[in-house]
Amino acid sequence: MSDAILATRGLSRRFGGLMAVGDVALELHTGRLHAVLGPNGAGKTTLINLVSGDLPASAGSIHYKGEDITRYSPDRRSRIGIGRSYQKTNIFPGFTAFENCRLAAQSRAPRVLHVFADAAAYRPVCQAAERALDAAGLAARGDRVASTLSHGEQRQLEIAMVLATAPEVLLLDEPLAGMGAEEAQRMVALLKTLAREHAILLVEHDMDAVFAVADVITVMVNGQVLESGAPAQIRASPAVRRAYLGEDDRHEAGVTNAGAAGDAR
Amino acid sequence: MDIYSFLIQFLNGIQYGLLLFLVASGLTLIFGIMGIINLAHGSFYMIGAYMAFSLSALAGNLFIAIVVGIVLSIILGVFLEWALFSHLYKRDHLEQVLLTYGLILVFEELRSLIVGNDVHGVAVPAIFNWSIPLTQTLSYPVYRLFMSAVCIVLAVLLYLLIARTRIGMMIRAGASNREMVQSLGLNINLVYRLVFALGVALAAFAGMLAAPVSSVYPGMGTGVLIICFVVVVIGGIGSIWGALVASLLIGLADTFGKVLVPQAAGVTVYLLMAAILLWRPEGLFRRV
Amino acid sequence: MALLAALALLALFPFAGTTFYTELVTKVMILAIFALSLDVLVGYTGLVSFGHAAFYGVGAYALGLLAPKYEAANLWLTLPAALAFAALSALVVGAFVVRVKGIYFIMVTLAFAQMFYFVFHDTKFGRGSDGISMNFKPVAAIGGFTPFDLANATHVYYFVLAAMLLVFVFLRVLLNSAFGRALQGIRSNEHRMRSLGYPVYWYKLASFTLAGALAGLAGYLSALQFGFVNPELLSWHQSGNVLLMLILGGTGSLYGAVAGAFVFVALQEIFSSVTTHWQLLLGGTIILLVIFLPGGLASLGGLFKRTVVGDPDDE
Repeated sequence: MSDAILATRGLSRRFGGLMAVGDVALELHTGRLHAVLGPNGAGKTTLINLVSGDLPASAGSIHYKGEDITRYSPDRRSRIGIGRSYQKTNIFPGFTAFENCRLAAQSRAPRVLHVFADAAAYRPVCQAAERALDAAGLAARGDRVASTLSHGEQRQLEIAMVLATAPEVLLLDEPLAGMGAEEAQRMVALLKTLAREHAILLVEHDMDAVFAVADVITVMVNGQVLESGAPAQIRASPAVRRAYLGEDDRHEAGVTNAGAAGDAR
Repeated sequence: MDIYSFLIQFLNGIQYGLLLFLVASGLTLIFGIMGIINLAHGSFYMIGAYMAFSLSALAGNLFIAIVVGIVLSIILGVFLEWALFSHLYKRDHLEQVLLTYGLILVFEELRSLIVGNDVHGVAVPAIFNWSIPLTQTLSYPVYRLFMSAVCIVLAVLLYLLIARTRIGMMIRAGASNREMVQSLGLNINLVYRLVFALGVALAAFAGMLAAPVSSVYPGMGTGVLIICFVVVVIGGIGSIWGALVASLLIGLADTFGKVLVPQAAGVTVYLLMAAILLWRPEGLFRRV
Repeated sequence: MALLAALALLALFPFAGTTFYTELVTKVMILAIFALSLDVLVGYTGLVSFGHAAFYGVGAYALGLLAPKYEAANLWLTLPAALAFAALSALVVGAFVVRVKGIYFIMVTLAFAQMFYFVFHDTKFGRGSDGISMNFKPVAAIGGFTPFDLANATHVYYFVLAAMLLVFVFLRVLLNSAFGRALQGIRSNEHRMRSLGYPVYWYKLASFTLAGALAGLAGYLSALQFGFVNPELLSWHQSGNVLLMLILGGTGSLYGAVAGAFVFVALQEIFSSVTTHWQLLLGGTIILLVIFLPGGLASLGGLFKRTVVGDPDDE
């Protein structure tokens, strides 16, 4: 594969005495989906916040296409092609689903000086919004006010908004959170499609989904990277099993775990 | 300026700053803990001053007036919280701003009706009505030193209350998570009522304390309120420590500013605020 | 339909009433422009400013200070100048205050407005607390041609009406533009706007500057109407009153801003005819209003409620 489109080196974030994320090095490549796993409190969301710029780093650096973007604001990062979705649905509740995406797409063509033109009449932005809605499976729901959408649809909208900004890198924070089985399946299919054209960093709890889509998996514990590699490697790793996968037997290769209660579900 | 003039201005600055701190701490407590911006906070200062005037005229003694005044302001605080402010907790800033703005109008007109619009003086109590001589021509009023001392004592008591008592713990807990405190069975409404009454009492007491020095006049509520806002912006909202540092900073800046650059009199404080806004928009001490 | 009726009423009003009422409604329309300007900040962008009177005052004082002592000022020169000064002041203040949000924003806007008040109240530049009286009304002359006479109350009325309609239509169109929608996005979810790539600071600053310029327009017209300016134009009572107009009419609705101005002046007139302590009644009304009717009068009928793309537009 080509050089990494986005890479972090020694990325860290501390809060007072607590090292929420410590010395993380990871790479994202176009066409590959890089998943981050870890128990609660492992620092996964903090990591995404560091890469998206929502949180400034305490130490380390982030490079995008060769540029050092460590000090860039979140909006600047978005403009250069790094898009992010949120774990806690972060939409514009009072606007329709279409307007949510249109506003997202408009960020690429701000047209601030066109004060007399109705923005909804500008085709390129509207078309980008429609494409994004369609990709996320919400084509039929564009006219609904976002706060009236179901939770699963709102998660879809969350993704649609990022897609509308035509990013090259996608930072997805638990896109499947709170979804039912059928919605989750649709989202997984979407992720697979997206992975072909984008570089994706995916934080997720749903392990079926992760193992179905990831090309690379990084496991984090207590803010540190425990292990990083191909899914098969992670699945077989005793260290990982001990730290995280051990509680969930379905993914083991039949070997019992010394400490777990062994709850087969 | 020679050393004695400097000393006098320095002491004045500190005294003004400490007085500001009393008022500002009430404001920042109420905001930090209950999330309410109270534009009428300056009115409590004014009410305190006018109470000092009226009550000491009645009682003939400033100290009795102050004690009675404190009791009255606590009652006022409890009443206001129960009748009005308890409605504001879930409301947005615009509504809080408007309601408390309406309250200012009400207070100002009531004062106008009850006591009139004249400027009054309040006599310095006899015990403190002397000065420490510094040079042949300069001396420093003891009452001002007394004021500073009282403010310092109150600041320490406030710290002890918030940081070291169970009530203080409940207050701090209520600030971060109202529902949690409620579900623990603690009466959050009572806590809020107490905090509010405390804030009112602090502001009113400051007004009473300051009355002999700054005299009692209609615009004093507005004047102190805006400066308090600057204190809170500079010090960081919700931070008592920040309010103290910022108050002293402003007290000194304003005092020396007026002496050194009289034409720019009121503006020094705002320039300071503008500078802080450029450098550290969240305030000097952000309450994490 | 109700709209056209109201418009017709306004257009025909001077013929029906006395000069006193013509001037009163002129005053209300000027305040409506002031309220509309604040609505850009509060209703569109979600920034509650308690210092908007500063720019109103700058616009007014621009005329007061530029007006020559012994002849009339030219409308077409002084009006753009007033707008420019108001916009510039708003740009400078905005550069500082737009860095902070929420409560802080309310406080710093109030503080900066006080600073402006000081300048006009206490310095020689501002001519002090007595204000400035203008001996002549501005003249609307271009070359030798004077299309209307600003010393005539009826002409002033129509001039102000035209200005108000212009501002209203401009803002209505702006609401639908890319910039206007971005502002509303900021009001709805500033964090997400930033995350989507919008440089939010600059949008807010632009909004603040625009609002300030329009407030300056209102101030200029006020100075034009009364021929007199004084520092109370910049007082925080003025800032509080214009916020009150917004809540009376309901925020986030242009019609609400205009309606709020009318209701406010009506209340003021009614209360002051009852007692000299009318502010007591005003304060009490405000308190009751906030407690019992937070959506403003607009929530009474749902008549003026409007979001850009959530509900179908009114006619």
